[in-house]
Amino acid sequence: MSQEISERAQRAKAKKALLGEDVDIERYTTETNEYGPLTSLGEISKEYEQDLLNAGIEPTEKERSGSFLQRDRSVIFSRVKYPGLELMSTTEAIKKYDWLKDYLWKLIPVDMDKYTAEVELAPSHGYFIRAEAGSKVTMPVQSCLFITSEKIRQNVHNIAIAEENSELHIITGCSVSHTVNSALHLGISEFYVKKGAKITFTMVHNWSGGMEVRPRSAVAIEDDGVFISNYILVTPVKSLQMFPTMYCRGRNARATSQSIVYALDNARIDLGSRAVLQGEGSRAEIISRVIATDNAKVIARGDLIGAAKHVKGHLECRGLMLSDTAEVESIPELKATRRDLDLSHEAAVGKIAEEEIQYLMSRGLSEEEATSVIIRGFLNVDITGLPDALANETKRMFDMSLKKVM
Amino acid sequence: MAPAGCKILDIKDLTVEVEGKEIITDLNLCIERGEVHVLFGPNGCGKTTLLMTILGFPAYKVKKGRILFKDVDITDLPTNERVKQGMGMSFQHPPEIRGVKLGDMVNIAMGRKEGKIDERVVELGKMLNIPVEFLNRDVNLGFSGGEVKRSEILQLLAQTPDFLMFDEPDSGVDVENIELIGDLMNELLGREKIPSKRERSGLIITHSGFIMRYIKPDRAHVMLNGRIACSGIPDEVARHIIEEGFERCVKVCGEKVCAE
Repeated sequence: MSQEISERAQRAKAKKALLGEDVDIERYTTETNEYGPLTSLGEISKEYEQDLLNAGIEPTEKERSGSFLQRDRSVIFSRVKYPGLELMSTTEAIKKYDWLKDYLWKLIPVDMDKYTAEVELAPSHGYFIRAEAGSKVTMPVQSCLFITSEKIRQNVHNIAIAEENSELHIITGCSVSHTVNSALHLGISEFYVKKGAKITFTMVHNWSGGMEVRPRSAVAIEDDGVFISNYILVTPVKSLQMFPTMYCRGRNARATSQSIVYALDNARIDLGSRAVLQGEGSRAEIISRVIATDNAKVIARGDLIGAAKHVKGHLECRGLMLSDTAEVESIPELKATRRDLDLSHEAAVGKIAEEEIQYLMSRGLSEEEATSVIIRGFLNVDITGLPDALANETKRMFDMSLKKVM
Repeated sequence: MAPAGCKILDIKDLTVEVEGKEIITDLNLCIERGEVHVLFGPNGCGKTTLLMTILGFPAYKVKKGRILFKDVDITDLPTNERVKQGMGMSFQHPPEIRGVKLGDMVNIAMGRKEGKIDERVVELGKMLNIPVEFLNRDVNLGFSGGEVKRSEILQLLAQTPDFLMFDEPDSGVDVENIELIGDLMNELLGREKIPSKRERSGLIITHSGFIMRYIKPDRAHVMLNGRIACSGIPDEVARHIIEEGFERCVKVCGEKVCAE
């Protein structure tokens, strides 16, 4: 840990974030039980199995190239089953690789806000995933950050690196046990997609009504690299704010971000994606689908910055209102700094159209069935760029999440 | 099940309002089992309102009169309950539903709550020259006029109702497809059987009458200002409309055939 970085973190300890309401970090404790390692994921107490399943984690480790489980502030499981893939806690990786300092806090400034500072000053692991050059790890690696204790802070720093011409598929579930009422999750994720490499990242957030969540994520994509992110949140959450940034640095770098959010109860969600198109011919697509019901308030952001020749970016943000006490604010932003590029956006917020319900009823569905079909359809984004098995798996995860909603 | 030959649809003294405006006034219409009726009329005369009211869409308020379907009063039933009794509709302007594929609609029409686009769905699609890729498109999203018609007919094929309503099946369809649509309508309505063996009934709205080259209805009605102004033999009524226009046709055949 460099002196300079921790000094910067110290100075940012009280720095409020630009977005989202301020979270009182001191309400949460860093003092927690330590948990001993498991020899297999299946050993996790039956009580927690459903909490993992809900976050898309496969306890049998079947069809996974590796599995990682962090419980509260302890890494309790990490196993790789695939050559060419590395998986360990970030703490371990820092000890093992001196060069890792070139990847830590390089995409996200440590003094961005008090949350980044907190993760630096009181870290509790996180995962390190790396695909070696040329290695195509088509089976996904799964990682779960799991909270099981009341009032804790989970401060993780995750690093994923796809070396040149490699392929890496990550399924990550952030989950809280049904036994926990409130906790804080701070997650720093810095991902690197090297030349010709590909990372797909499917993240399921399985929170509950007392959770405060402040992830800080950024991705750097080099020449011909591909990054695809799928994000799902369909459970209650007290407060969540994140605005991950994808830097398309290389020529023909590609970035896609798809988010589906079902905001309910009293959730306060401020969520967006940003793509910075710096490499010639790079492309980005940001798609979000937001459903708001009960008293939930959602700000859905999208930001495209075009700063290189022949870049192309598209934003699509759709919101569906299911209650008169919910709120959706859609904020798409486009910024171009030269002429030979193409940026576009479409945004729409509305209610379920009566005529769509009637159309479905005229094919035999009841009003409730029709509503549920429309909601599922609304959240049904096309999953492209994933290997078949993973696409099906992601589809299954979407469906499972949606079933909970209905 | 009611015995063959009885009325499948019996509309008595029907008055309908849409957004507080009276669109249909004291309308009477009776369709026997096995019969196909065609409904002519200028735009805005209430043709589509009549179909939507039969189907039970809530914006169409029945102010007076009853609708009997297979001898059961359905005036107050929700749409899906009516559909369960065996009615189906081909819409002229069906809504787009994002994320709901045409194949999903076919499954729904078949009564499957959840389902994949399986062989059965693909087979049905083939009957209408609808390829699998098309079944995987969001329903009605960016469909051409002809594609909408084929998609609607496909859903009816899956649904197999015994009373079918078609709202302008011939509008916006190119020449190649209209014959296919006509053939399938004949098949859906079981017109290949001799009249006394026909089980299925239909009500077709047409502004142009173009579809009558391909399907021969049993009876025609002309609707004007929310009423059935006259009824008669389809070819005759059509000829009067073409030669003399709707108003004049009513005057000519009004006294002759409407006095039933």
